[in-house]
Amino acid sequence: MKNLQEIHKIREEKRKELDIRVNTDLKTREKHILVCHGTGCTSSKSIEILENFKKIIKEKQIENVRVIKTGCFGLCAKGPIVIVRPEDTFYANCTPEDCEEIIQTHIIEGKEVQRLLCKDIDGTKVKSLDELNFYKKQERIALKNCGVINPEDIDEYIAFDGYLALEKVLKEMNQEQVIETIKKSGLRGRGGAGFLTGLKWELTKNVEVDQKYVVCNADEGDPGAFMDRSILEGDPHCVIEAMMIAGYSIGANKGYIYVRAEYPIAVKRFQIAINQAKEYGLLGKNILGFDFDFDIEIRLGAGAFVCGEETALLESIEGRRGHPRVKPPFPAQSGLWGKPTLINNVETYANITKIILNGAEWFNQIGTEKSKGTKVFALGGNVNNTGLVEVPMGTTLREIVYDIGGGIPNNREFKAAQTGGPSGGCIPKEHLDTPIDYESLKEIGSMMGSGGLIVMDDTKCMVSLAKFYLDFTVSESCGKCTPCRIGTKRMHEILTKICEGNGTDKDINLLEKLALNVQKSSVCGLGQSAPNPVLSTLKYFKDEYKEHVSYKKCRAKECKDLTQIEIDVNLCKGCSLCQKNCPVNAIEGEGRDVRVINQEKCIKCGTCLTKCPFKAIK
Amino acid sequence: MDTKKTCNIEKINQFMEKIFQEYLPVKDNLIQILNEVQEQFGYIPKESQIKISEFLKIPMAEIYGVITFYSRFTLEPKGKYTISICLGTACYVKGSQKILDRLEERLKITSGQTTQDGMFSIDTTRCVGACGLAPVFTVNGEVYGKATVKKLDEVLDKLLENK
Repeated sequence: MKNLQEIHKIREEKRKELDIRVNTDLKTREKHILVCHGTGCTSSKSIEILENFKKIIKEKQIENVRVIKTGCFGLCAKGPIVIVRPEDTFYANCTPEDCEEIIQTHIIEGKEVQRLLCKDIDGTKVKSLDELNFYKKQERIALKNCGVINPEDIDEYIAFDGYLALEKVLKEMNQEQVIETIKKSGLRGRGGAGFLTGLKWELTKNVEVDQKYVVCNADEGDPGAFMDRSILEGDPHCVIEAMMIAGYSIGANKGYIYVRAEYPIAVKRFQIAINQAKEYGLLGKNILGFDFDFDIEIRLGAGAFVCGEETALLESIEGRRGHPRVKPPFPAQSGLWGKPTLINNVETYANITKIILNGAEWFNQIGTEKSKGTKVFALGGNVNNTGLVEVPMGTTLREIVYDIGGGIPNNREFKAAQTGGPSGGCIPKEHLDTPIDYESLKEIGSMMGSGGLIVMDDTKCMVSLAKFYLDFTVSESCGKCTPCRIGTKRMHEILTKICEGNGTDKDINLLEKLALNVQKSSVCGLGQSAPNPVLSTLKYFKDEYKEHVSYKKCRAKECKDLTQIEIDVNLCKGCSLCQKNCPVNAIEGEGRDVRVINQEKCIKCGTCLTKCPFKAIK
Repeated sequence: MDTKKTCNIEKINQFMEKIFQEYLPVKDNLIQILNEVQEQFGYIPKESQIKISEFLKIPMAEIYGVITFYSRFTLEPKGKYTISICLGTACYVKGSQKILDRLEERLKITSGQTTQDGMFSIDTTRCVGACGLAPVFTVNGEVYGKATVKKLDEVLDKLLENK
């Protein structure tokens, strides 16, 4: 247990010690080697890299060097990432074998390891993180500590103003003042629908009852989205602190965080964070000596997308099948075990402490008129810099895809971007300059969603993309209400029919009608938004549907039944690259001959299409 | 993980005894307990369901309902190697469907099934979070990034060799 003075002391001393992490001009003989331990980098051996560094440092008896595991730096495409501070040297695509050279050349001889320096899209080598185009337009609020602190060390969190917001709230603010601040900041729920967070808090506070609950929704089920996971992995304490602030302002003393069991690292780090906070007396009874109790428990999900819907999530916490409840009553009136419950998602909570410390006005200045602050996107798909980006609301899609994302690989063309996962829609080229906020995305038929942003190039077929999402919703529909259970299945059948070349004009009309009906009549958000991928592709890419139906043609060559891959005899230079990469040896020809595809053997996997340097394969 | 076709009852009972000491006998712990059993045995044996039913005082039918609702829980043991193809959007866009097709073609089973000899199971997941390495597949949890049909073939050949 620590009292307030002791926490202050830790903050002061530790902050001085950790100045090296943020101050690049610091004159010191010390070095900190930061190794990314997000899921992306750990699955490409960053754990071994860390161990190797430690081993070498011990063997060579080097002093003044510390190796630290951190959360995600964001640029997953270049992982595993190693950063040396204070000079902020950025090494990309490291392997465990590179540790020796980094220690010898960088740490001992004081020179950069040229070979490992990160290359920007244009090929220029950059020395530090800030020089990369990827980071230039970003503004990190929710991800502020990710990649700076060791998420498994509470002292490091405290050093960077951790638990200061909680102290401020308990010391100087009453419940109304906290809620007023959040309301004034204009913060909206980052989970999808964008409901005003402050208002949600107020509604929950206004119910007078003996027991209330605070819940954190970390059931990030959107395929291709990993923002919440990165926050939990990189800065778990900021979520704990925000849940406590929420608990204080609505009058709750018990919190639950519902995390996917598929996120083992996040679960482990969050548990460590809870244990450390308890040890310091930051969770438990009479927190920091004030008359306030709070406790948090982790609840694991078990792989059901629908549990991201707030009422289904509550059912799951109570130990049942995740069937959504009919609203109203809203969770603010009747949630967990029938008690008023406040549910926010991870990213929403990650903004709270910063708003309390910097004030509502500061937050209010960032973003657009109706959407304040920043949004974290998980940028993926056919884009050069895949990874995690945080940009102010109102940034255009073009800036995200081209300036931050570095454009489309292999000189391909941008076709569409998909936001909001299976609940969102596709944004075509003509809307690249739309500023991204809640309203504008809705206007063009998509939605903010939790923040997955998948870029697609011209090799993607929009009809089969719609089918892919329907495939997802069909298997994830909980089965409670008929429109969603049967409607999504029927839509999927129609799309399959079209993709197999058996569709007719009537099918397109039927599909559209069915989609609108499912949207209107489903019980929960899953069903209401499941038709979005269909409707938005119908809106922007109707000619592709028509081609599938009328000409039995798939221009992206993705629908196997409608394509035959062929090599253009005029363009083929006989380099044999396609032949070498073909998994089924379907390509025939020798020496510098023009290659021919044996259609009987070909499985239409498309590997040769991407490998051909002369674009001779079509 | 125990990879034998079925687990012996004694082992299951022992494990259940241990688990029940860590949890209160309240209904909302059902999913947490099932998660532990799934993690330990790779599936949820019927014997463990009976024990849970007695411990939490929930009918077997309800437990069955919960198990079949959540995709993480399975009622049958998995193969020695579980190959899991990520079908998250980022991986899908980069061609993971083709990798799944190839795997199903080679093992002659579909996703969710286990081969007759108990060697391989195919699974699909929705995002393992390594989107920067897309497309990815995992073999018993180990991630293979930037996958191609060719890479899958190589991995599979190796596993078949060691069989």
